[in-house]
Amino acid sequence: MARIGVLSIQGDYERHEQALERIGAFPVRVLRAADLAGLDALVLPGGESTTIAKGLTRLSLWDPIREFAASGRPLMGTCAGAILLARESENHPVPTLALLDARAVRNAYGTQVDSFAAPADPDSAPGFAGLRCVFIRAPVLTDLGSSVETLVKVEGRPVLVRQGNVLACTFHPELTEDTRVHRLLLSTSREEGSSWTGRSTSGTSTPTSSPGPSTTSRAPTGGFGRTA
Amino acid sequence: MVERSEDNGNDRLTSESLELKVGLAEMLKGGVIMDVTSPEQAKIAEDAGAVAVMALERVPADIRKEGGVARMTAVEIIEAIQEAVSIPVMAKVRIGHFAEARILETLGVDFIDESEVLTPADEEHHIDKFAFKSPFVCGARDLGEALRRIAEGAALIRTKGEAGSGNIVEAVRHLRAVTGEIRAIQALREDELVAKAKRLGAPLALVRYVHRHGKLPVPNFAAGGIATPPDAVLCMALGAESVFVGSGIFKSEDPPARARSIVHATTHWQEPEEVLQACRGLGKAMEGLEMATLAESERLAHRGW
Repeated sequence: MARIGVLSIQGDYERHEQALERIGAFPVRVLRAADLAGLDALVLPGGESTTIAKGLTRLSLWDPIREFAASGRPLMGTCAGAILLARESENHPVPTLALLDARAVRNAYGTQVDSFAAPADPDSAPGFAGLRCVFIRAPVLTDLGSSVETLVKVEGRPVLVRQGNVLACTFHPELTEDTRVHRLLLSTSREEGSSWTGRSTSGTSTPTSSPGPSTTSRAPTGGFGRTA
Repeated sequence: MVERSEDNGNDRLTSESLELKVGLAEMLKGGVIMDVTSPEQAKIAEDAGAVAVMALERVPADIRKEGGVARMTAVEIIEAIQEAVSIPVMAKVRIGHFAEARILETLGVDFIDESEVLTPADEEHHIDKFAFKSPFVCGARDLGEALRRIAEGAALIRTKGEAGSGNIVEAVRHLRAVTGEIRAIQALREDELVAKAKRLGAPLALVRYVHRHGKLPVPNFAAGGIATPPDAVLCMALGAESVFVGSGIFKSEDPPARARSIVHATTHWQEPEEVLQACRGLGKAMEGLEMATLAESERLAHRGW
């Protein structure tokens, strides 16, 4: 079973843990450099990027996370996590890991009243057709370097991008039942980087049917034919 | 704006609008939300690692001391605070005062607190929170009150505690009441839920949700009387997912140090060594109030229905 670390300084790390459990991975909370040992991948969750950045400094985690990335193991950042992965941030800039050749504009859509959900643009990568993307005070990624590949766009903007082993997502796949983005992370961690497209069978986005976070544990969605 | 025409309560509780509101509450988990009265204080809070600030004219301890009608914060103060920080900005409205709430929504405030700390505008009805794009947080003393607020559209529940008291006892009472009642509901048979809903004064659909999931359908934070790092830890250990600190920071001797240490303790609430570290070099905490010295009429937690 893949062991996926989830940075748990602050934010919706429990929602990432639940998403990882749904796809048959084993989530591990990360608060110290030692927690990174033996992990197959790392998630930087949504939350407040200022708060998480200060925690990274206090816990001296910046370099250990950079070394984790340098080891070739995959990282995924969602929303605040995507800001932290970027080369730089603007609009009240925060320090970043500079693992993704892009600039993150914080709160680029506005305040919470401008938060929204929207489907992936039709010209997104084929595996992500119909993906419903939830944006909460989301950043926008701009000035993407030539080595950054855009996988999902919404309203013409890149919202899920990949550069080698680094995935950055400006929306919150952990808030919906659709596990395709987390399965991409998992498949990247197995060095099956290209096999995720076209194999996704659960192509429907499933809005949560409950008024809030669901704790119902669900069987792994599977569909990859992988051994756990 | 939310469609208000024909939808029944259940449709509203599964709406995309509520999903976005609860989404922001999810992002605030594991953090500290701090009361501030100026842009300078807001910067101190942000620099200390707060996940959000509550923009106020007076902190609850001063509202309590000075008396008079406590209303929504002046627009200029809220705007100056929005300008100063990048973290979410919350602000309070009086219970039932939907016109004040509409102003905060128009200002683009990130979370509206329909709060018992201000003087209530309506002694029967709370705001229809589904009718707003901004998410709402509401206080609750027990599970019935929490579920009534959720039925009205609250995206986040906090304990009322006793604001401005610097005394954690009421927040503990309210946290234990909510989590204890949730456990009691889980122990019930399906056919006992209607009577339970009747006793709680809460909608059956929400009681069923609690029965099935063992939790509220929205995040549950603590507020009202948190003054020290161990106060925050106590709340987290009792099931709160984040803490609001009101007067506790800017009524203390060294606000930046206290703000940082409460953030530190909240992140590491399960690690006593870290909490110990957070308790060093704090200076004096705010003066607290003994509950027995507060007349019933002075208790803010009794506001709200």
